[in-house]
Amino acid sequence: MNALKLILRNALRHRLRTGLTVTGLLVAVLAYGLLQTVVDAWYAGAAASSRARLITRNSISLAFSLPLSYENRVRGVDGVAGVARSNWFGGIYQEPKNFFPQFAVSDNYLKLYPEFVLPEAQRTAFMRDRKGALIGRQLADRFGFKLGDALPLRGAVYPGTWEFVVRGIFDGADESTVTNLMLFHWDYLNESLRKTAPLRANQVGVYVLGIDEPDNAAAVSLAVDAAFKNSLAETLTETEQAFQLGFVAMSNQIIAAIRIVSYVVILIIMAVMANTMAMSARERTAEYATLKALGFGPGFLATLIFGESLAICALGGGLGLALTPSAAAAFKSQAGGIFPIFAVSPETLAAQAACALAVGVLAAIVPAVRAARVRVVDGLRAVG
Amino acid sequence: MTQSQSGTETLVSLRNISKSYHRGDQVIQVLSEISFDIARGEFLALMGPSGSGKSTLLNLIAGIDRPDTGELRVAGVDIVQLGEAALANWRAGHVGFIFQFYNLMPVLTAYENVELPLALTSLSRRERREHAEAALELVGLSDRMTHYPSELSGGQQQRVAIARAFVTDPALIVADEPTGDLDRHSASEVLDLLRRLAADMGKTIIMVTHDRKAAESAQAIMHLEKGELSERESLQALT
Repeated sequence: MNALKLILRNALRHRLRTGLTVTGLLVAVLAYGLLQTVVDAWYAGAAASSRARLITRNSISLAFSLPLSYENRVRGVDGVAGVARSNWFGGIYQEPKNFFPQFAVSDNYLKLYPEFVLPEAQRTAFMRDRKGALIGRQLADRFGFKLGDALPLRGAVYPGTWEFVVRGIFDGADESTVTNLMLFHWDYLNESLRKTAPLRANQVGVYVLGIDEPDNAAAVSLAVDAAFKNSLAETLTETEQAFQLGFVAMSNQIIAAIRIVSYVVILIIMAVMANTMAMSARERTAEYATLKALGFGPGFLATLIFGESLAICALGGGLGLALTPSAAAAFKSQAGGIFPIFAVSPETLAAQAACALAVGVLAAIVPAVRAARVRVVDGLRAVG
Repeated sequence: MTQSQSGTETLVSLRNISKSYHRGDQVIQVLSEISFDIARGEFLALMGPSGSGKSTLLNLIAGIDRPDTGELRVAGVDIVQLGEAALANWRAGHVGFIFQFYNLMPVLTAYENVELPLALTSLSRRERREHAEAALELVGLSDRMTHYPSELSGGQQQRVAIARAFVTDPALIVADEPTGDLDRHSASEVLDLLRRLAADMGKTIIMVTHDRKAAESAQAIMHLEKGELSERESLQALT
């Protein structure tokens, strides 16, 4: 007879109770993993951003643009290897719920984004078509876009109906690249604005800067902003990651709420597990007293209780961990492209395992201490 | 090791043992200045009305409770002076327990229950198996080794408990109302087993019982009244 056999048989003694506890643990660990993955997804864009790119925008707010005339001056700053234009378009495809990001970009934009992989023939086709558009693979998969498809957008920022033709579908260099977006010619937007809204023409949302040396990002940023000091449109230059995190920061309260909920889920299951172990230990007081009478020490009793608690948590937590990737895949497909990157990270899996382990240990502490302390004569009188 | 008055070797020696419990502010004296000896190989029954202190006395001798005052030696060891861990080790090597409600582990088979105390010995797995099988054979349950307690009758469960009590070859076996939950036939089988353990294997057995007929299976009956020894009654020799 070894302790492991006793632990496993004790764990399976009340099958319904153990089954319900294991199910609770499974759901809690799974929910924790999914909620943490949602938080990770929020940061996916920032995490995938390049250190070799800076973003220059109007220092007042993103709602204000910068003059086209800044481009050459930015290009002249030491350390800047390339400058591309980008304007947020904000069009609606068929209906608002089909949201996806669209950017009007200059023709050199893709040179600064080597992670967007586009076949040469499609690049050539895009460059030849003024209304041409490039579609990311995730977006193409979401709506079933194919080369040559017409893609009409209803402008929200820029009123009117805008016609595009899909001329290229680009892939991400790796899984971390977000390709749930559409790019089209900045010139098409600007020329249209010259006719319909001249005051809004020759304005750039942000400039994307490629820099020679990522370690010089701070110095280059300062130099760019210094060049436009005291101008009508002062600039704020920051790394692409900082720029992305600025968007994430707008959702900080939501993210904090999700994080809190994920911890609350673990706390609830910890209480459930602690109750299960306390009930089990209380029912077995006479057995623990008998074991003590036979000569088994408090350490052996603690081993039985911790072992049982950990065995239940290993089973529930293990099942939760095993199901998390497939649940995340199902969640992603149901989320309708809100989270283009929704992958369970190794850190999340490790955190899930750590939570299950912590629940197992913490739930057993009080019953183990009580069992270890129970006097044999008192324990033998106990009725289970 | 001392010699008793009859010239036999003394296994258990109590001197001026007292024990009280606190219930709120009230102190309840359970045992007062108890002194007596039990010879090695003796089968002694402890009788007395409820609350007379017989179970408390049994618990003290078995080392699962401690007296307030007095000296309690078992096989020459003053167990009152032992710490908790040392006392647990001592119990594992020197005392076998038989309880009224058997106190078997419900998740273990009869064989595993009997093997359980052997986990605290240095015996190999093969030796443990041999000992456990031999003990079960002695109590007539070789064919019930793989049965769980819930699959056994009360008498069979108590026989498993008896096998568990002597499998480690302890000098002393304590039995608290071992027939209290059994029918007459099963009780008779259990008492026969206890007599054989004393007569054939030289085990010292102390049995607490309310049942005069059960007590008459022993060599001597010790009566307790309000925490004091009132009478020691010698019966027949074991055969």
